[in-house]
Amino acid sequence: MKTLYFDTAATTAIAPEVLARMLELLGGECAYANPSSAAHLPGQAAAAVVASARVEIAAELGCEADEVVFTSGATEANNLALRGIALAHAAQGRHLVTSVIEHKSVLACCAALQREGYEVTYLSPNSAGWVEPDAVARALRPDTLLVSLQHTNNETGIMQPIAEVAELAAQAGVLLHVDAAQAVGKFAINLQKIPIDLLSLSAHKFHGPKGVGCLVVRNRRQLRMQPLMHGGGQEFGLRPGTLATHQIVGLSAALSLAAARRATDLAHVGELKRRFLQQLGCLPMQVHGEMARSSPYIVNFSIAGIGSDALINQLRSDLAIASGSACSSGAVEPSYVLRAMGIEGEPLYGAVRLSFSRDHSLAEVSAAVERIGAAVSRMKELEISEVK
Amino acid sequence: MIFLDHNATTPMDGRVIAAMEPFLGKFFGNPSSLYRLGRISRSAIDTARGQVAALAGTDPARVVFTSGGTEANNLAIKGMAGKLPMGTIAIGATEHPSVLAPAEHLRKQGWNVRTLAVDSNGVLLRQNLQALPWADLRFASVMLANNETGVIQEVSAFAEHIRSQGAYLHCDAVQATGKIPLVFDSLGAHLLSFSSHKIHGPKGAGALVIDKSIDVEPLLEGGGQESNLRSGTENVAAIVGFGKACELALAELESRATHCLTLRQQLESGLAHMRGVTVFAENAPRLSNTVQFGLNGIDGEALVMLLDRKGFAVSSGSACASGAGEPSPVLLAMGVDADTAKSAIRVSLGKDNSETDIIAFLVALQTILRI
Repeated sequence: MKTLYFDTAATTAIAPEVLARMLELLGGECAYANPSSAAHLPGQAAAAVVASARVEIAAELGCEADEVVFTSGATEANNLALRGIALAHAAQGRHLVTSVIEHKSVLACCAALQREGYEVTYLSPNSAGWVEPDAVARALRPDTLLVSLQHTNNETGIMQPIAEVAELAAQAGVLLHVDAAQAVGKFAINLQKIPIDLLSLSAHKFHGPKGVGCLVVRNRRQLRMQPLMHGGGQEFGLRPGTLATHQIVGLSAALSLAAARRATDLAHVGELKRRFLQQLGCLPMQVHGEMARSSPYIVNFSIAGIGSDALINQLRSDLAIASGSACSSGAVEPSYVLRAMGIEGEPLYGAVRLSFSRDHSLAEVSAAVERIGAAVSRMKELEISEVK
Repeated sequence: MIFLDHNATTPMDGRVIAAMEPFLGKFFGNPSSLYRLGRISRSAIDTARGQVAALAGTDPARVVFTSGGTEANNLAIKGMAGKLPMGTIAIGATEHPSVLAPAEHLRKQGWNVRTLAVDSNGVLLRQNLQALPWADLRFASVMLANNETGVIQEVSAFAEHIRSQGAYLHCDAVQATGKIPLVFDSLGAHLLSFSSHKIHGPKGAGALVIDKSIDVEPLLEGGGQESNLRSGTENVAAIVGFGKACELALAELESRATHCLTLRQQLESGLAHMRGVTVFAENAPRLSNTVQFGLNGIDGEALVMLLDRKGFAVSSGSACASGAGEPSPVLLAMGVDADTAKSAIRVSLGKDNSETDIIAFLVALQTILRI
């Protein structure tokens, strides 16, 4: 029996169209040169490939091409955003606002900044899984430099009220960073319509390659930022290092493909999630987070009396799912995201995440439900189901 | 197009692409995931770690993957600075911008940055060592081979002195990788930087080898990948490609070096017949693939462009700084005057170049000179 992969929030397969573009460049005769080798034709060809990728990405996100700063992924983009702003603006203030349910790359970076003398206010979500804009407004101080709030939570799929927060941050004159790793490609984000100052994204979350992402820095020319790394001056001095042409092309191709298919994919994935919940409804289960605000790509739920580790273990060769973020899935700690939503005890220790993609069929969703049902029955028979 | 700019980057080896393809395709799992697809990626990274360690002459546990040489150099220098009390650091005069720029950043923060001078052949001066001890020397950074001139430094001699001061040594081995034999464990450096795309691997991968005696602060915080030293989902395919490139570089080290040396000698004897040629660092131990030279009275950047029109890709210096119109800081550090330095062009050879390429290049050069 083939393992069914339902963990696209951890990573996705590269789309065939995207891979084809990447392989052209990897094996190609023209664009293997260093894009910084401006003096010769192969270098110029590589630079042109990077430039057109930048334009494509900017067009999709509604920003300027020279506001796109390529990074090795969302972790680096998040670190660059937070540290880059905090260090460059330390004279104006040393206070940041974020939430307790951010991705670890934001939380760990905030913790490091705290050790260096910055103050961080961590907002809690409500029980529905989202941070209330009023809470953000109340946390702002005269010395607040930056609010960092994710677009879509990687564990629950709950979408944060970014538009409202963006408005209030703009009115208060405070910068806003949005970790949109779980949102870009999936949902339309138009930076011309919503005043986000810094936006992080990662290609491998939307059928692009691992190892590439970007930080969009709005009004980059006016905004002072300090780079994480120093070197050859690539990426407007914000991110040195030889540009990985094939990866950058993979990012832009994946984003363009996702944009072209967005309506279809959203409808399809929405239907997958609806059917999944409908079919799994025969088990005593509980979905975490407010449905109306949740991404159709992610569902986080617990089955009464079933521990997540035991369930994932039972399903190991049948169904690839996670109990939380991949980064922390090596640890057996319960989800800090769910805990922050006030979920405790059985539902907390039983929480698992399924995440969908455009490549899934309804039949695969039904098969996933069947496999979960069968695993639950087996566990009940074997009495290995008890929650810690 | 005849590509003679291998110190800037190298074309991918077909065998490396073949090794990467499964990880760009069906094996796409996140290495941090516990199920089979994740474990396949994890195990591929472990294999690559072994391949990199074998080329570096060290234990796989010492290898931390990064996005490339620039990140490795930054992680080394800022990472050490983050864990040590502020003091003096010593930096080779001809280091790569990704070493010089982080050192300059530390200087702005209050560190005392001292430059280790080189002689007219680009070799670090022994007098540097006699100037030691510097009471508050925390660490030094010295490259193994220079990206412009190809000069190979005697790192182990420095290592001994640096260590005897109770300080640490970082070595940028990006250009030396795969070109000269390397044994981290006997080189004496505490940290060693590598890059994949200089050895026919993919761009976007590199590594820092970190001795267990030294504590380094991460540049990127997050999920705690790479033993907490480099967070972020691993670039599995690039790491696999990097590993394969290291394996091939190790297996073919001698044959590639011999091949490049033959071509370099062919090129240099051709150049010797031309008037007004200066080969920089001519008398220093150099990488077998690198020649930097200048033609009296001819602007290097202009020459690079003329050669480009004739179908040859060469460089006037480091790719990172190219197009700036400034004379090479490496050559200036060697005491070359600004005009001569501005005439510099760099030819860096690769395993796929042939004698025909060199003949064609020499002919093109002659033609340009006659015009």
